[in-house]
Amino acid sequence: MEVLFHNVRELVELANSENKLISEIMIEQEIMITGRSREEIIAQMDRNLTVMEEAVEKGLNGVRSTSGLTGGDAVLLQNYMKQGNTLSGELMLDAVSKAVATNEVNAAMGTICATPTAGSAGVVPGTLFAVKNKLNPTREQMIRYLFNAGAFGFVVANNASISGAAGGCQAEVGSAAGMAAAAIVEMAGGTPEQSAQAFAITLKNMLGLVCDPVAGLVEVPCVKRNAMGASNSLVAADMALAGVTSRIPCDEVIDAMYKIGQTMPTSLKETAQGGLAATPTGKWLEAKIFGGAVLNSGN
Amino acid sequence: MKFKSVFDIIGPVMIGPSSSHTAGAARIGRVARDLFGKQPTWAKIYLYGSFAETYKGHGTDVAIIGGLLDYDTFDERIKTAFEDAEKAGLSYEFIPETANTEHPNTARIVIGDGEQEMSMVGISIGGGKTEITELNGFPLRLSGNLAAILVVHEDRSGCIANVANCLAKYDINIGHMEVSRKEKGNMALMIIEVDQNVDENILEEITKLPNITQVTRIAD
Repeated sequence: MEVLFHNVRELVELANSENKLISEIMIEQEIMITGRSREEIIAQMDRNLTVMEEAVEKGLNGVRSTSGLTGGDAVLLQNYMKQGNTLSGELMLDAVSKAVATNEVNAAMGTICATPTAGSAGVVPGTLFAVKNKLNPTREQMIRYLFNAGAFGFVVANNASISGAAGGCQAEVGSAAGMAAAAIVEMAGGTPEQSAQAFAITLKNMLGLVCDPVAGLVEVPCVKRNAMGASNSLVAADMALAGVTSRIPCDEVIDAMYKIGQTMPTSLKETAQGGLAATPTGKWLEAKIFGGAVLNSGN
Repeated sequence: MKFKSVFDIIGPVMIGPSSSHTAGAARIGRVARDLFGKQPTWAKIYLYGSFAETYKGHGTDVAIIGGLLDYDTFDERIKTAFEDAEKAGLSYEFIPETANTEHPNTARIVIGDGEQEMSMVGISIGGGKTEITELNGFPLRLSGNLAAILVVHEDRSGCIANVANCLAKYDINIGHMEVSRKEKGNMALMIIEVDQNVDENILEEITKLPNITQVTRIAD
């Protein structure tokens, strides 16, 4: 299959040589690969954006999962923000609360858009709808945010992994946070190179993160990992926009993530056998939810 | 490259909580219904590996039933699929298995109605992407790089030529093809991977050819 870019280096070089945004390169590659029209592709991303908006709104109104493990934290955060005494700042907590909102909706079997997976679906929209209030983007720029994030996710998915079962949480929330950081940079007017730097800085700080869901549910600690993924990406985006660079090139960080994932023990890769899932409380919650045995449903 | 489209990354739109255990499960159920060609009246679903361990919490069970009712990954009705199945006259049973399978997220779906029965094995490989590995005891080896059509037919001479001729008529190039049968003169299966998109009317034309039982398209 012919593609325009195989790694982040090629993506940035192409954007620079053609004087285009990274989001534009992603759109052009999608046209090339699928043979669909630009209008069709933009319209599909527009619909995905609407799904993200609706999920955030639903989560901010308060939801609860069937297991009772998660739900309501997005509301707590929004109420806290209204008191006006936040320490980490309004935009930061807005992003965190909207990331949490999305993942609470996901845990409650609501409708979400996987970015890149369902378990990590909060980071990209959470940051987008928070940064939106600061940068006042057009609808088109918001759609471009998703194409930029998609370009970096495309590289990770093909050169490393976006699966918790294959690479741990670093592959899911780590990738999502890097994607968000790169997209924030483009929306804020940064260069393609700065997007790559933001991705690298973010993922470097999520390397080694394991996937250890309590009771095997996409709830604990997934929802709060999305919160931290969102905050990580905002800080990294600011660092990259300030001119801070990663000593290790972006593609090498992605490769390191892949290799760490390969050597990570199976008990820490979405099997609910290690980490937080294996703590006394984790085990107790599992027994409480499933009664110690998996039930059959019939007719 | 396993991931080809930006919508493999920013997508799919789906009912939570897991792209592999919920969205992938719904897709496996829906392909089974597509291959069966109609709404089944009963279903036995055998779950293996991580599917067997965590299906309750992930809604893997309602998602598969939703798929059998032709619901897409984003269809809100997945949540009420059990009730909907009852109303639609579909009875079902989930059987968690302990046997080891090659892939951790594997489901064997056996469905039928008064007249026909079908068995299919599907795996969920991550991010909502799925693969079908077996149909009615025939191993399916789809590369996943091309669109494919599956043709169930009687094992009679001329069947393969007729189908190939029909595709040729519409300038559709065959990239890879496999033919298998259970025993001589019995049911057989063609798996045809094609370079171009196969329109619905071409599928209908193939269905009308002699000794063809069923034709299904699997998107890449």
